Amino acid sequence: MTTDQHTELVGRGNREGADLFRSWFEELSATAEQGGQSAYVFVMGSIAEVLRVFDLPTVFPEINSLQTAVRRVAHEYLNEAEDYGYSPDICGYVKADVAVQLRKGAHPMGQIPTPSLAVYTNACNTYIKWAEIWERMYKIPIFTLDVPGTRQARMQTWRGDPDFENDRKYVAAQLKELIALCEQVTGIPFDIDRLREVLGHANVMSRGWSRVLELNRSRPSLFNALTDGTVYLGVANGFRGRAEGAIFFDRLVEEMEYKAAHGIGTLTDEKYRLLFVGVPCYPIFRRFNEMFTQWGGTFINSTYLWFASGGTNRGFEYNLNDPLESLAEGILISVRDAMDSMFYQDQVLAGMVDEFEADGIIYHPIKSCRTVSTGLADNRRAVMASRDIPTLFIESDMMDRRVVSEAQLKNRIDAYFEGLAARRAAA
Amino acid sequence: MAPLTFPEWRNQPLEEILYHCRELLEDTDFPTVKRWRAAGGKVLGHFQVYFPEEIAHAAGMLPFKVRGAPLEPMQADSRFGSYLCSILKTSLELALSKRVTMEMFVTHPICDAARNLAAVWGRNFDYPCQILYLPQNANSGFAATYLRNEYDRLRREIEQIVGREVTDADLRRSLAIYNHNRALLRDLYALKRETPWQVSGYEAYLLLAVGGMIPREEHNELLETALPLLRARPAKKQDKIRVVYEGGFCEQPPLDMLRALSQSTYVVDDDLLIGLRWILEDVPTAGDPLYNLAEAYLEKSSYSPVQHDLRKPKEEMLLQRIHGAQASAAVVTAAKMCEPGLEEQVAYTHTLDAHGIPYFVSEFEENMTSFDHLEIQLETFVESLLFA
Ligand code: SF4
Ligand code: SF4
Repeated sequence: MTTDQHTELVGRGNREGADLFRSWFEELSATAEQGGQSAYVFVMGSIAEVLRVFDLPTVFPEINSLQTAVRRVAHEYLNEAEDYGYSPDICGYVKADVAVQLRKGAHPMGQIPTPSLAVYTNACNTYIKWAEIWERMYKIPIFTLDVPGTRQARMQTWRGDPDFENDRKYVAAQLKELIALCEQVTGIPFDIDRLREVLGHANVMSRGWSRVLELNRSRPSLFNALTDGTVYLGVANGFRGRAEGAIFFDRLVEEMEYKAAHGIGTLTDEKYRLLFVGVPCYPIFRRFNEMFTQWGGTFINSTYLWFASGGTNRGFEYNLNDPLESLAEGILISVRDAMDSMFYQDQVLAGMVDEFEADGIIYHPIKSCRTVSTGLADNRRAVMASRDIPTLFIESDMMDRRVVSEAQLKNRIDAYFEGLAARRAAA
Repeated sequence: MAPLTFPEWRNQPLEEILYHCRELLEDTDFPTVKRWRAAGGKVLGHFQVYFPEEIAHAAGMLPFKVRGAPLEPMQADSRFGSYLCSILKTSLELALSKRVTMEMFVTHPICDAARNLAAVWGRNFDYPCQILYLPQNANSGFAATYLRNEYDRLRREIEQIVGREVTDADLRRSLAIYNHNRALLRDLYALKRETPWQVSGYEAYLLLAVGGMIPREEHNELLETALPLLRARPAKKQDKIRVVYEGGFCEQPPLDMLRALSQSTYVVDDDLLIGLRWILEDVPTAGDPLYNLAEAYLEKSSYSPVQHDLRKPKEEMLLQRIHGAQASAAVVTAAKMCEPGLEEQVAYTHTLDAHGIPYFVSEFEENMTSFDHLEIQLETFVESLLFA
């Protein structure tokens, strides 16, 4: 490998991811300006696989909302929604989006098109309440793709089990109903070959995503799950089922394989390998990460990268010979897995601690999101009972800077690293 | 022979019956569950909002409605983060503190917080702790079949616990008992709607709420006794405004808050403990009982912020409830930190504004004890309507 090739490869995923992300927002702005159709969807089960067949651009209001926080203007949007009547105690993503809608789609990254329909799973109940808001605002069809989750810890069912078959048939029936709705909304007839093509791209992406996550077992870790990982996640969601997404993940795997083979890590001199649980602190995104990296802490994996990719981290690949049935099975397994990564995280985390040789776990429950945060304290208790690993539990928010106390966070994080250092010295 | 779990009200005058209902609701020792267990009975605890109790009942278990409790979450607090509604914590507390022992716990995907409960509960107890996946796409043509099979899964789980088969005949018997209960509750609500001076919203609530803590046969007897006594009351119509109370579908407002509300208004309809009244008609006993129960959940049911059904836009349903009860105002509340309740409040208030229906908005917590502020605000609201 020449120096030129090295320079071209290392960091390519971040560069290309950022470019794709910008181009995606440009596409959305163009759609908005031309008055084109769009589907509002969510990260935990976007069902882009179906929507692409109907040429429906996908808008992710969650991503739009978090971008207002990253760009440090979230408070303006939150205030506007609160003035409209929404409580300070509900999900900040919902409120930022309500304000975007009240501003007729004006967003710091471009113009957000109005929805022609909304499609969402039940992975988060707030998705449903949120979609009901658009239903009222725009009188558009909204579609819940209900994906039954795991009924009890360690009781996932699989193909052949009658309970699994009941769930799968339910998902399959709903997919057919969704297809009929998309035909009605767009006037475009369903094309199974187009679906095959989309599923083919989705397969490449899922395979790549799962491989990229797995490669981060390397020492030093190859990417920071909190920062770089979020860039990859943006592509995984925004470009799901698209050729550009498939190419991106193929190239990302190439980059990560190269880095692994040559022992190239992140810019941080890795001293502590950390797992992140919860949702990132977007109002101080970079700063939050620095509070860890300055101590040599790197995030090697996170449950966020799992659930916020809709469970595509599992790498489920669709059978292109039986696309519709396989899509139902894949969505069931992947979205269920996304829910498991939130509700039954203790098992997932204990596995990650072993496989990734983690030195610590950072729990970051947030005010806005009860889906992810409700069980974290108990989860932490269970993980600590099963593994001898130091954990840190810090609460803030992913949108509302009123709830983010940087000084307090820093104190807690510093003390945590001092503890990690003392533990290491004593070992 | 099932034990009598709630004998205190028997052979008592009406006021005493109501008194004993309140005592039971406030008793943090949960004596009805203890008596049931003392007689060798098994308990299935199910979290709000709706649960097909008939299936547990058919197996001979006591379905116990887990809906929080008037106690401090001393142990449960450390299991949860901040920013959560109270009912989650006090519900877990009653199990952690061993006030209520059960053989199975079931929660539902009603909201982001409650759906976490199966996992949290399951990490703390050895018995089965599950989610019953009630369908969130009530409009799918497959929803009823899916739910029927999900109920069958539950039946099989329960069979493991009780160690015997739960037959269709068992289920049919239970459906009949619950149909009778539903009819009695409809009578109670009709009385409250038609002659609210004979039963206040608060009193109706006492009679309703104990239903979640005692076997349904006992609840039927209680209602059969109380209803004629209420009708025979020599009460006179007063000059009070008729209101609908909304926001009690999950966490329950404190009893004293309901009492205060009933003192200044006629609460002619509400969504309090709507899960106990979710099914609006008799469930047919002929045919496949599980399918009938599933179909009734979807097709013959009420509404709440935690069930999505395209045919039931919540704000339209609230308007129907207000008009159906000939109410002239609404009290729109939400439990503190309750995401779905707080979100729905916005839709409700905007719709009420659009229809020129006066409303009073507030938040509550199940264990709040001071209502001074609330009472003053409520009185001002009522006066503004009376003298408008
Ligand atoms: S509650 Fe959590 S998962 Fe749901 S929309 Fe808000 S941030 Fe996303
Ligand atoms: S009160 Fe609201 S947030 Fe709490 S469990 Fe009930 S529905 Fe969920």
